Amino acid sequence: MSNQSSQAEIVRNSLKRRYRKERRFRLYGILAIFLALGSLFVLFADIINKGHSGFVKTTVSLEINLDSEMMYLDDPTDKDQVSQADFVAPVIASLQEYFPDVESEAEIKQLGRLLGNYAASEIRDLLRDNPDLLDTTQTIDFLAHDRVSTYVKHADNPSYSIKLSEKQQEWVDELVEQGVISTSFNDVLFSRGDSREPANAGILGAIMGSLFTMLVTLVISFPVGIAAAVYLEEFAPQNKFTDFIEVNINNLAAVPSIIFGLLGLAVFINLFGMPRSVPLVGGMVLALMTLPTIIISSRAAIKSVPPSIREAAEGVGASKMQVVMHHVIPLAMPGMLTGSIIGMAQALGETAPLLLIGMVAFIVDVPEGFVDSATVLPVQVYLWASASEQGFVELASAGIMVLLTFMISMNALAIWLRKRLERRW
Amino acid sequence: MQTANLLPLVLVLAVVAYGLAYMRSRAVAAPIGGIRNLKALPTYYAARAALWCALPSLLVLAAWVGFEDRVIQGIVIATLPPDTWPESPGQASLILSQISNVANGSLNPEFVPEHIAGAASVLETVEDQSHNFKAALVLLVAVAGATFAWTRVSPHINARINVETTLRRIFFVCAALAVLTTAGIVFSVILETIRFFNRIPITEFLFSTSWSPQTAIRADQVGAEGAFGVIPLFTGTLLISAIALLVAVPVGLLSAIYLSEYASKRVRATAKPVLEMLAGIPTVVYGFFAALTVAPFIRDVAEAIGLEASSQSVLAAGLVMGIMIVPFVSSLSDDVINAVPQTMRDGSLALGATQSETMKKVIFPAALPGIIGGILLAASRAIGETMIVVMAAGLAANLTANPLESVTTVTVQIATLLVGDQEFDSAKTLSAFALGMLLFIVTLLLNVVALKIVRKYREQYE
Repeated sequence: MSNQSSQAEIVRNSLKRRYRKERRFRLYGILAIFLALGSLFVLFADIINKGHSGFVKTTVSLEINLDSEMMYLDDPTDKDQVSQADFVAPVIASLQEYFPDVESEAEIKQLGRLLGNYAASEIRDLLRDNPDLLDTTQTIDFLAHDRVSTYVKHADNPSYSIKLSEKQQEWVDELVEQGVISTSFNDVLFSRGDSREPANAGILGAIMGSLFTMLVTLVISFPVGIAAAVYLEEFAPQNKFTDFIEVNINNLAAVPSIIFGLLGLAVFINLFGMPRSVPLVGGMVLALMTLPTIIISSRAAIKSVPPSIREAAEGVGASKMQVVMHHVIPLAMPGMLTGSIIGMAQALGETAPLLLIGMVAFIVDVPEGFVDSATVLPVQVYLWASASEQGFVELASAGIMVLLTFMISMNALAIWLRKRLERRW
Repeated sequence: MQTANLLPLVLVLAVVAYGLAYMRSRAVAAPIGGIRNLKALPTYYAARAALWCALPSLLVLAAWVGFEDRVIQGIVIATLPPDTWPESPGQASLILSQISNVANGSLNPEFVPEHIAGAASVLETVEDQSHNFKAALVLLVAVAGATFAWTRVSPHINARINVETTLRRIFFVCAALAVLTTAGIVFSVILETIRFFNRIPITEFLFSTSWSPQTAIRADQVGAEGAFGVIPLFTGTLLISAIALLVAVPVGLLSAIYLSEYASKRVRATAKPVLEMLAGIPTVVYGFFAALTVAPFIRDVAEAIGLEASSQSVLAAGLVMGIMIVPFVSSLSDDVINAVPQTMRDGSLALGATQSETMKKVIFPAALPGIIGGILLAASRAIGETMIVVMAAGLAANLTANPLESVTTVTVQIATLLVGDQEFDSAKTLSAFALGMLLFIVTLLLNVVALKIVRKYREQYE
């Protein structure tokens, strides 16, 4: 009796300690979740913080007197004259109107540096396309030089170093006040390819490259993946070879993606002599990489079609293939589509294998087909993130935002499809 | 005609064949009392015609495209005067690129030797002929196939069986593509690796402690040999992966436990998908985050407390990689924890154990093999991860255990050795394939062991 009560005593005495432990354990769990979700939040906040300014461009709008004498040019259609002409002079002259006291050579040079390197060629192209504009006065929006843009956007941010002289800073302040230098939505980002100058660089080339690559991936991996899943679930005899295929698929799903790059380099490029850096080869490599994902999810979708459907179809005399084509595949299609979209989203974000097949080249032109040299969104982000000019960092973050927007919408589409079309049996 | 035009043309022909065969089967059926007297439905005769039209011609097209370049190059080289025949594959590719540059107009024919200019015009004619022959042959095969199938529309032939057999075979080929992919990986990696080991002994590769894959431009250069010891790369990889697992295992495991045992349904329904978003974020984004935010932050903190830190530290790469693999650990652990039968939980709780005691003493030991399997899968993911380390870990092959220094990893070296133009017979390039082989073997072993453990464990409770 006394023995029992002392045991109960021990239990009672230990209760406090045990409940404390219980609460601590629960707290650890909450902390772990907060740590994980917190880092996701920090990641997003950091990227938005770094990248929101990438969607803003700085323009200098000037009234340019396209004076033929100043440019030493009287016929803009003459190639020789154009190559000799001085297109910088009218820009300088226009800027000088705002700062009449700037006279020395060195200062004039500094003044001219407020504009991007492409200002002169912009005037040249304008005159080449519209020769009658010669000797008129036009208001032209130029992209500001990267350093001016950094100064205007980030003057009070200590993590950016301002690379303008004090004189130049004064000029810029003055011009901003007069409304000559202004910021607006960065349409350049969505209408051009890559460039050596951050102000001039756009992401359209990478978006088109990603689009072509994903099309190739989709065309290959979707039908092949579904066919493979159907074979393995419905037709495969139970034998060693089938087992071998299954083991292979499971292992391929876990092979590091860079190995697929090695495969693409050695087989597609070296053995078959396909061109480097093109969406066709990139898409094929990514298709091989996403196939296991699609096969595994399609098999799960096929498995979830109840046997009663198959039996009913077979009962009215359908052949095995008719059962599959007329009943199983249509019923499993939502699941297959969901899996494929998720696989495609993965492929869209993949970088490493594409590095090896040469899709990291610096490409200015927007690709127009499957065998044009191209790069893709994540690779463009990588290129910009490793570039030395600080102006590219905000572009890289902006690129990440675009990439994540695509991926999140694809995943949202997958979830919506699943909710909308999934049938519970 | 270009392949890009030929492909849709063949498909159009297949559709035409489908239509024609469909109409013919109805026409055949009409005098004998309707389609119920045919052995198969009209759509099957039609589908068979479409298959006969498209399949053989597409195979011909694929074969032609696959071998076209090789054959044309052979023909062009053979037309060169014998004394200018290339002696090595490198020379041959040089001459060929010169010839094709002349042929497509980017190189002025006056700037090259006469025989090259001659070969360029040969190349142009041969390419022209090749395109014409290809188009003719493919279309001929397509029409012949369709005609054959059209003549075989008859009430006694069961087209359904033909079509179904063909479809089944196509499905089989698709499934076997997984095997082909594995074979392709093994083949491509092994061939180059053998060539690499012909130059660098395998013992040096595996046991030497220095890595500097510079091969000399001049023969007498200092350090001309290059050093190919994989140990510093491998320790770098393991160091980063270990840090990643140190982050991911506790965080992943504890959140899985909390979500499966404690959390209310609503918390679980929101927290779990958000947690899994971590796995869906592209690795290049993590790399960006590690290189431009975490690494400078760690360097500043280390300097503030008086430590020296490299701007590309192991710690930054490891921490960020750890965050990336949290969802792998947590979702796999969640699965195995949920697979532990409810009876065991109820039994333990009924004896008076608290929830955490049940977790630690009953469920965790029962789920342990599955959890270890999940951790091994996460480890293989960490070892094979490329972008985070390429952007945040650095290139210097240091043999160190200090997490504030920079190291390089196997994947970083593969990526840097193979980016850009490279010649395919230098030890430098080949070494990347040897590294790839090592990576493939290690991750394969981890995966096989992990999958085996997970599967065995699942069977235990089913």
